[in-house]
Amino acid sequence: MTEEQIALNHPMDAYLREDRIPHIWCSGCGLGTCLNTFLHALVKSKIDMKKTSIVSGIGCTGRVAGYVKLDSFHTTHGRPIPFATGLKLANPKLKVIVFSGDGDLISIGGNHFIHAARRNVDLTVICVNNFTYGMTGGQGGPTTPITARSATTPFGNFEFPFNLAYLAAGSGAVYVARWTMLDVRRLENSILHALNKKGFTFVEIISPCPTLYGRMNKLGNGLKMIKDYQKNTIINHKVDLKDAALGMDGKIVVGNFVDIQRPTFTEVLYDHIAKPQPNKKEDIPKEERKKIEHHA
Amino acid sequence: MTKCWRKPLDTAVTEAPRGKIHIIKERCKGCSFCVEFCPKKVLELSSHYNAKGYNLPEVKNPEACIACDLCTIICPDFAIYCEVEKKKPTTGKKLKQTKKNVRS
Ligand code: SF4
Ligand code: SF4
Ligand code: SF4
Repeated sequence: MTEEQIALNHPMDAYLREDRIPHIWCSGCGLGTCLNTFLHALVKSKIDMKKTSIVSGIGCTGRVAGYVKLDSFHTTHGRPIPFATGLKLANPKLKVIVFSGDGDLISIGGNHFIHAARRNVDLTVICVNNFTYGMTGGQGGPTTPITARSATTPFGNFEFPFNLAYLAAGSGAVYVARWTMLDVRRLENSILHALNKKGFTFVEIISPCPTLYGRMNKLGNGLKMIKDYQKNTIINHKVDLKDAALGMDGKIVVGNFVDIQRPTFTEVLYDHIAKPQPNKKEDIPKEERKKIEHHA
Repeated sequence: MTKCWRKPLDTAVTEAPRGKIHIIKERCKGCSFCVEFCPKKVLELSSHYNAKGYNLPEVKNPEACIACDLCTIICPDFAIYCEVEKKKPTTGKKLKQTKKNVRS
């Protein structure tokens, strides 16, 4: 038996830093499934792994960067998107993927998120939404649904949460999808599509945090939580995103919501640079020059 | 749940692929996602524990496995995977095609 045990090799082991497995995620946590599904999609996409880079921030989901055997960066809290943008601009040939949680990307990094979507920076952003800050102890965040209990809202949350898919679409993302981590095949296809598409592509994964969010809201263990997903999920690709907000008891609307084309930030930037710029004094029209000199 | 709309027309000439399940015991955290969502109910939670005290799944019904790979992809801990059993294609081309369709 021991011999057989040693010989066992999971098909994804080639893309994992095996010395760090088993990972730190709790039993029943959905994050491992998210990573597993993502790796399946990445392998299927046939993207050159040597030219792929994964950027994560801080948090339970942020650990992903440490587990994948690719060039990966574990950045400061909330800053994976600026880091990834820099990476992409410095080397446009790289495939840059941001894999982080809701607490990291949307609260502390919220501004970076909307502006990267607005500029259509060529990134694939995978955001695992478990409605709470996991690593720091289950505090409420900008995705915590109304009435949900958390470490900082022991009597129930009273703030309105973000609807991430709506936010991403409104900010200009060219691809927006949402699935629960249980929809492994559909999620895999969505990530695959996002990886192969140019521009700011966004995939939101609803995932259970049984240890904190689940325990504080009496939602049961991980298995019970994902069985509830199974019951409450509605697939609707054409939904009006403002009606696809997530509440405590309501349905979870999932699907591939947005799929459009727009020039990416790298394209417009390099276009702009290629144009002759009036940077010499003589190139600037006389009147303009006067104005500038007057101000200086 | 598992009811089909109609019997597929090619059931007589095709054969579902078969899989062999491997469980990496020391990685498992006993979440039982694999047990619960296997479409063929191949697995069950056993009374065995690993060194960390997690309840391990075991293969209860190996013949039923159709190598759908769901357990491989849903396991959060990379602790279980399915290997497609290589069999001689008994029904020629059709069988090969089915295997390809399922796995790709
Ligand atoms: S604290 Fe929550 S999100 Fe973090 S690993 Fe545990 S279950 Fe997962
Ligand atoms: S899904 Fe993985 S970790 Fe969970 S019980 Fe099955 S083998 Fe163990
Ligand atoms: S491969 Fe599919 S049928 Fe076989 S054990 Fe895994 S989930 Fe069940």
